Parts: sequence; C-alpha cells; structure tokens
Amino acid sequence: MKLIKLEHAYKIYKNGTTAVADLSVSIDKGEFVFVIGSTGSGKSTFIKMLYREEKPTKGNVIVGGINVARLRNSKVYKLRRKLGVVFQDFKLLPKLTVYENVAFALETLGLPANEIRPKVLKAIDAVGLKEKTRNLPSELSGGEQQRVAIARAIVNDPKLLICDEPTGNLDPETSKGIMAILNRINKELGTTIIMATHDKELVNKMKKRVLIIENGVLTSDTKKGSYKVHESIKNSN
Amino acid sequence: MRALRILTRSIRDSFKSVFRNISLSMASIACTTITLILVALSLFLSHNVREITTTLEHELTIVVYLDREVTDEQKIELENDLKTMENVESYTMKSKEEWKAEMQQENETLETTLDYLDENPLLDSVTVTVDDVRNLSETAEKLRAYDFVTSAEYGEGMVESIIGIFDAVSLSTLVIVIALVLVTAFLISNTIKLTIFSRRTEIEIMRLVGASNTAIKLPFVFEGFILGVLGSIIPIALSIYGYVFLYNETGGYIFTRIITLVEPFPFVLIVSVILLVIGSLVGMLGSWRAVRKYLKI
Repeated sequence: MKLIKLEHAYKIYKNGTTAVADLSVSIDKGEFVFVIGSTGSGKSTFIKMLYREEKPTKGNVIVGGINVARLRNSKVYKLRRKLGVVFQDFKLLPKLTVYENVAFALETLGLPANEIRPKVLKAIDAVGLKEKTRNLPSELSGGEQQRVAIARAIVNDPKLLICDEPTGNLDPETSKGIMAILNRINKELGTTIIMATHDKELVNKMKKRVLIIENGVLTSDTKKGSYKVHESIKNSN
Repeated sequence: MRALRILTRSIRDSFKSVFRNISLSMASIACTTITLILVALSLFLSHNVREITTTLEHELTIVVYLDREVTDEQKIELENDLKTMENVESYTMKSKEEWKAEMQQENETLETTLDYLDENPLLDSVTVTVDDVRNLSETAEKLRAYDFVTSAEYGEGMVESIIGIFDAVSLSTLVIVIALVLVTAFLISNTIKLTIFSRRTEIEIMRLVGASNTAIKLPFVFEGFILGVLGSIIPIALSIYGYVFLYNETGGYIFTRIITLVEPFPFVLIVSVILLVIGSLVGMLGSWRAVRKYLKI
C-alpha cells in the first residue's frame, strides 16, 4: 500500500532555480528509504515537500492520502500530525527536560494529561533514555539529544518518520546507535522511514532502498542499494 | 474538550513563558509602563483642561448698562426679548438703586460720596450669561442694537484668545494621547517581536508536531495580554495615588480659584480602566501580529 506518491512534482523557486524537476516516485508503508545526493541536488527540497515545508510548484505530492500541493497553509497541521520529523540540529527546547521536550508535542495537540504520560515514557524507553527523563538537553551528548528528538517524533505513533541528515552532527559510533534505533522503529512499529544522508558507510551497511537525486532529478532508485551507484553517477557527470 | 485543554494549556504556558523569558518580559513591561504613564499624564491634562474651559465659559458674562433715561416699558421690553433671545442662558437685572446700596455697603468713602450727590450717577444693568461663549460677541452686538443700551461689555479680545488657547491645549493633548497610544502599540509590538524571535524554534517545533495556527498563536496572545496588564499596574497605581495626592495637596485648585481640578473619583478609576484596556489590547494585538510572521511558509 502506497504511503507516499509523487507525480511529476516540480519545485521552482521564485528566483528561477529549479530544485526538483519532474519527480515521480512511490514509497510503500513500512519501507526504509535512503535519499542521497550532493549538496544542492534537490534532496532537501524533496524531503521538505513531504512535510510541506516547501510547496510543490507543479505536480502532485500525496502523503498519507493528503495532497500536499493543494494543502492550504492553515491546514498544514493535519499533515504534520501524521508524521514525525528529525533534523540534523535536533531542534530541542533548551529550557525543557527530556520528558518535557517529548511531552511538548502531545501537549501542543491538546491530549489529556493521563494519555500523555504513558505515551511519553514509552517513546523515551524506545530510544533508551529512561534514565535521563529529568535531564536538560545541555546535560546530554549529541547522540542522546538526537534520541530525544526521535522520541519526540515518534511519540504520536506517526505512520511516517522523516529524517533530514539525522547523523550529520554525530561521530560514526553514535551514528550507528541512532541507525539501530531507527531500524528498530521501522521493524517493530512498522513506521515508514525516509532518511536523507551523506553517510556513505551507513547506506552501504544497511542495504535499504536508495533514491539518488542529482540536479533535481531522480537518477536512480534501487532496492538494497548502496552509495556506490551515486558515486558512479557523479563521476560520469 | 480538546479545545478547552489547548486553551488552559495556553494560559498556563503564557504565565510560564513570562517568567522563563524574564529579561525580555521586563523589557516589554517597562516599555508599556513608561508609555502608559505618559498616556495617563496626557489624559489627566486633557480632561482637566476641558473642564477648566467649561468652567471658564460659564463664568463669562456680558454686562449690559442701560441708558440713564431708560423707561420701565423699555426695561420690560428688554426683559421679554432676553427670555426668547438665542444663546442667552440666564440674566440678572440690577437697578441703579440696587447698585448704589451694594456699593455703599462695601465701602465707606463710596457711601458718603454717593450720599453727597443729588442724583444717583450709576446705571441700571443686566448681566447676561450665554449658552456658547464662542457666540458671545454676536449676542453682545444684538444687545448693543437697542437704543437705550449704553454698552454691552464682555472683555472683548481677551475672551476670544483665552478660549482659543484652551481649545488648542485641549486639542493638542488629545493628539498627544492618540500619538502615545500608537507609539505604545508599536513599541510593545516590537518588544514582543524580539521575544518571539528568541522563541522561533519553539514555534517551529509546534508547527512540526502538528499544532494548528490558532493553538500556536494563543499562548503568545495570552502572554501579550499578561505583559500588557503587568505593564499597566504601575501607571494605574501612580494615576490613582498621584492624582488623589495632587488633589488633596492643592485642595483642588492650581494657582487661582479659576483653575480647578476634576474630582478624583470616579475620574481616576475611569483613567485606570482606559490604561488597563490600552495595555492589554495593545499587548494582545502586538503578539498576534508578531507571531503571524512565523506562521507563513
């Protein structure tokens, strides 16, 4: 069953730059997909269109049954409630504890307190931070902070988890830990994961579906792919 | 239920946020306080000036002196005309005999001098108060038109200029009040913009996790309200205590008995309500405007 479907999607910025051109791709429920491409390839724009941080100029981008291209600004929240997003820079609130950072997502949505607590504890447990619920982000390592961000992204049981270079700021060992958590979320919860990355080693090791975007165009889509294809494309350019 | 929870959460968070971002909150409160004090001063000034003008207007009269040979019929004719004359509020007639008796009572020298004279040298008079002092001169002209009226005096020139000055003061204080309200709105809006700028990550996360625009705006609007209310506490306290103190110290008069101050109650209470409304409304609107910027893609 398709969770994401892009049909001839274009994103042309006001200054005339074409970031994404004629992109068509489908992603099933429960898939784990890497999106790779050089800086400025349109990879980030593609990811941003999925959670409607960017609006496609032309074509359709359907995520969980919602056509992002036709989604009004005031209705964006309906899409966002179906997905979780994780960033390279974690985006945690520095004055809130680990528990409060994760609970923030549910409180903002107006969930009752007795529902929030078990959900938050479950999400924190899933990322292995049970012992640090009362710590502030500044008291955590980079890897731990990213795990808090993942807990916040999955606390509302989203069908889709979008990760924009989540290991970009982390050392290889910590990155492995993060990947293990994402892999577990994908397998155990059945959450679809789309991850943009530059990390060659991770992509090669995980053997997942790989989408390669170059100059705004989808140049390769391989099951159990690797970074090698991307490099061969780059070299041929 | 969900809406109610979002509302209560917004109120709780707005209080928390005021204290978490205490330095920026203090900046907003301070700027509200200063401008509201100025607004309060202008309100006190403009209302008092308006009251003084009204008082002065009531004190101004036209004094009409009648001809020495005026007959009783003519006096009755004038009295009848005054009853129906436009702009005439009231009139008091005083005969030359009444004048003489009054003057003799006041001063001994005058008493002997007036007794010494065979004939009463004084004139019959009518004191006329008018509805609108701006038409004083026209009414005086009408009265002068009578053959048996010697003069109709009201302090020409001076009256017009005094009224002109008070009108100008009254108008300019009103302009100052409006300008200050606008300045307050602008300053609060800008300070809140700074607060919100420092919390753009929070807004970004709220958007990311799927909070609706209204749910995002609410805590900020409440925060603006709280800042506005807190900012108006000192101006309100100063208005109440300051004005009552001034009124009690001066006994309600400044320099002369003509310049009277407006009674403190309920005047200060009305000013306080105005300050509270300006502070809270401007705080809320300022926040609403400032947060809107971060909700566009």
